[in-house]
Amino acid sequence: MNRADLRHMAEAEQERQERFRCRIMVCAGTPCLSAGAQTVLDSLRKALAESRLDAEIEAVASGCMGPCSRGPLVKVRQQGKKEIIFERVTPELARQILLSLAKGRRPPTVSALPPDFPFLARQMKVVLANSGSINPERVEEYVAAGGYGALAHALHELTPDDVCREVSVSGLRGRGGAGYPTGVKWNLARKANGERKYVVANGDEGDPGAYMDRSIMESDPHRILEGMALAGYAIGAEQGFIYVRGEYYLAGRRLEAAIRAAERAGLLGSRVFGSNFNFRIDIRTGAGAFVCGEETSLMASIMGRRGQPRQRPPYPAQQGLWGCPTLINNVETLATVPAIMGKGGNWYAGIGSAGSKGTKVYALAGQVEIAGLIEVPMGTTLREVVFDIGGGIPGGKRFKAAQSGGPSGGCIPSGELDTPLDYESMQRVGTIMGSGGLIIMDETSCMPDVASFFLDFCRDESCGKCVPCRVGTVEMHRLLRRITGGTATMDDLAKLEELCELVGAASLCGLGMTAPNPVLSTLRYFRDEYVEHISRHRCAAGVCSMAEVPAGPEQEALLHAMGGAGEEA
Amino acid sequence: MSVVTLTIDGELVSGRRGETLLQVIREHGLALPTLCHLEGLSERGGCRLCIVEVEGSPRPMPACSTAAREGMVVRTATDRLIRYRRMIVELLFAERNHYCAVCVSAGNCELQTVAATLGVDHVRYEYLSPRLTMDLSHERFGIDHNRCILCTRCVRVCDEVEGVHTWDVSCRGVRSRVIADLNHPWGRSETCTSCGKCVQVCPTGALFTKGAAVGEMVKDAGMLTRVIEGRDKKGWQE
Ligand SMILES: Cc1cc2nc3c(=O)[nH]c(=O)nc-3n(C[C@H](O)[C@H](O)[C@H](O)COP(=O)(O)O)c2cc1C
Ligand code: SF4
Ligand code: SF4
Ligand code: SF4
Ligand code: SF4
Ligand code: FES
Ligand code: FES
Repeated sequence: MNRADLRHMAEAEQERQERFRCRIMVCAGTPCLSAGAQTVLDSLRKALAESRLDAEIEAVASGCMGPCSRGPLVKVRQQGKKEIIFERVTPELARQILLSLAKGRRPPTVSALPPDFPFLARQMKVVLANSGSINPERVEEYVAAGGYGALAHALHELTPDDVCREVSVSGLRGRGGAGYPTGVKWNLARKANGERKYVVANGDEGDPGAYMDRSIMESDPHRILEGMALAGYAIGAEQGFIYVRGEYYLAGRRLEAAIRAAERAGLLGSRVFGSNFNFRIDIRTGAGAFVCGEETSLMASIMGRRGQPRQRPPYPAQQGLWGCPTLINNVETLATVPAIMGKGGNWYAGIGSAGSKGTKVYALAGQVEIAGLIEVPMGTTLREVVFDIGGGIPGGKRFKAAQSGGPSGGCIPSGELDTPLDYESMQRVGTIMGSGGLIIMDETSCMPDVASFFLDFCRDESCGKCVPCRVGTVEMHRLLRRITGGTATMDDLAKLEELCELVGAASLCGLGMTAPNPVLSTLRYFRDEYVEHISRHRCAAGVCSMAEVPAGPEQEALLHAMGGAGEEA
Repeated sequence: MSVVTLTIDGELVSGRRGETLLQVIREHGLALPTLCHLEGLSERGGCRLCIVEVEGSPRPMPACSTAAREGMVVRTATDRLIRYRRMIVELLFAERNHYCAVCVSAGNCELQTVAATLGVDHVRYEYLSPRLTMDLSHERFGIDHNRCILCTRCVRVCDEVEGVHTWDVSCRGVRSRVIADLNHPWGRSETCTSCGKCVQVCPTGALFTKGAAVGEMVKDAGMLTRVIEGRDKKGWQE
């Protein structure tokens, strides 16, 4: 493959697509599939075959279109006409759409989203540019959309140094949680001495409720491969690994297929684009441990060892896989790189806010009218996301708080709705951007209960290596359970706060260090709810079922005797 | 340069490049509690008792797995550190069953000693009281999981010194357990050479020699350095 071949491939695919009068994209992301997208697609294909329209109309399985809670979604693209997106499509509706298209009539308006649908209109898609518009299982469609152009350009016109500089100029920061400047990390890995080097894409995504990375892997796998190859060229690595969470079967399968297709087309492998650059990518599947997303643990897991973190330094860029310098980036981070290399670092740096450049993908979930996947410029306010894009809170209820950053994060209360969503502002209100999970809560949420949920998660996912996290999270969760059960004392609250301090300060890895955050953050804004649970045995949200009588020492002893207290040990 | 100078508790001290903070601290006669660290084994950094404050670092750092660097300013016994260490010991006591009065290691137990040194005389956290078993299937030794603090000294000595890796850890978090082979009874292990190293390095009463009564299980973790030194000298080749 050389650059002329790449152009031919793109042109051939564009011609192929233009032969169809109409293309019907059916979202084949996991949320839509679980809402029945496959039957919609099957019935469309069957109807097309039966009516012999398949030469004029193509049914395509695409990636995620965004408003996942309204799935299955179908997008109709007719030549010379505005595209129409339909929500909650049934096989019956799909047939009607097809019928009207076949007869050249206007498609039905039921279920059709208005052209200025704010959920879609207010977004800015960079990483998700192809999601929902191309078939992720065909490399030709990625290439037709400009894919692999940045890699070809870099291999021929740029030095590794140039690539690193462009990434630095863009101001891109890691999307895996910590927000470390990507350019700095690449430069460290580039300068590190090592006979071999590795690139790792972190697709473990363990945060509850988050599915940004899954969606990118499912919807546009080649974008990640191209980002990895650019990283490999920039730092001097010939081998990459994508670490995919075991539960992400579909993502793994599409990535696998994408790697094969890219290798066959000469876009990966030896002498990529006729240059001296060789790059291979392999997939490693995780077995579902949250801590395996932590970089040192992830490397242990790739090397076939127990997935447990180790003390840093040395950092992976100094000493990673098999002792060699290793660049670890989140999937979304790497998927951003082709766009940066394609349009320039300055272009990317022009989007977003002062300290947080570019766009960010969020998984909008919880009590919001439209839940789904969105991409907005950094610095977009929470209010815009919840009310303009997400359509507000259903059932006329009040917005109470948004939880961000998963188990490492915290919440943004209603008084801070105008907080711009960027690294600095979120930190200022006591939470973090994290990987991009955004859970919207209304007045029916109880904040101690929310904190207890996340502590429960951390306690379950603690790897057990260090004492503060292994035992501290269990004790913290127990104290929280007492609070939500109405049996706690103010002394318990003090103990909880002291444990927050210890676990945050003395744990070995990020899991333990950040496990207290949901507690600290809810305490910061909703301390009265904790106090009310403790002193009045009352849960205003009506979530917690209070024990009838506050438990004294006798009752605790009884619990022990019954084996209740030992249950999770 | 092969020497580094740093300030520890206000004193200017020197150490060799490549040494850990713990080594430098101990060489200068300062006491620092440890449980998972053992001279001769790789560092785990798990018990977090050896945490020290390093200027410029927002979080305390484990001395056993932090390299001593030129110009570091280290404090080993601030009020905050001592409070944290006490809490860690309390958490260890709450995690499993430590009834010293009926324990083979009472009086010779590192956990007990650390607790006494730190003045931990009661536990404020809820005892988790898991119902754990004892494995007495081995001919000479036994393991009582109720006394295990998951320091993995046994795992490391068996792997790194004896070279057979009989022990490992199964599950995660508070459910973690030390297991022999693929969770077989120790006595049926096909790898264990019955060398007894794990028993000697275990800081608590978890691993013991059969027949030991309360307080009789005296261990000799220092044998490890003798074994390793002996090997390095290769005296038998003369
Ligand atoms: C407990 C824990 C879990 C993590 N899980 C993930 C994850 O699922 N995906 C991810 O990209 N990063 C995760 N991280 C962050 C990674 O360690 C690492 O910082 C990141 O992959 C670096 O990529 P970036 O610089 O592109 O963000 C996790 C960190 C911790 C402490
Ligand atoms: S903080 Fe928790 S997850 Fe991290 S090493 Fe310690 S026990 Fe394991
Ligand atoms: S192991 Fe140590 S602390 Fe535990 S019961 Fe035995 S003597 Fe006491
Ligand atoms: S007795 Fe020796 S071989 Fe057997 S488990 Fe202990 S250290 Fe390993
Ligand atoms: S058995 Fe002993 S040496 Fe092994 S982990 Fe438990 S306490 Fe440590
Ligand atoms: S999966 Fe179909 S819209 Fe997100
Ligand atoms: S001795 Fe350093 S952490 Fe255990």
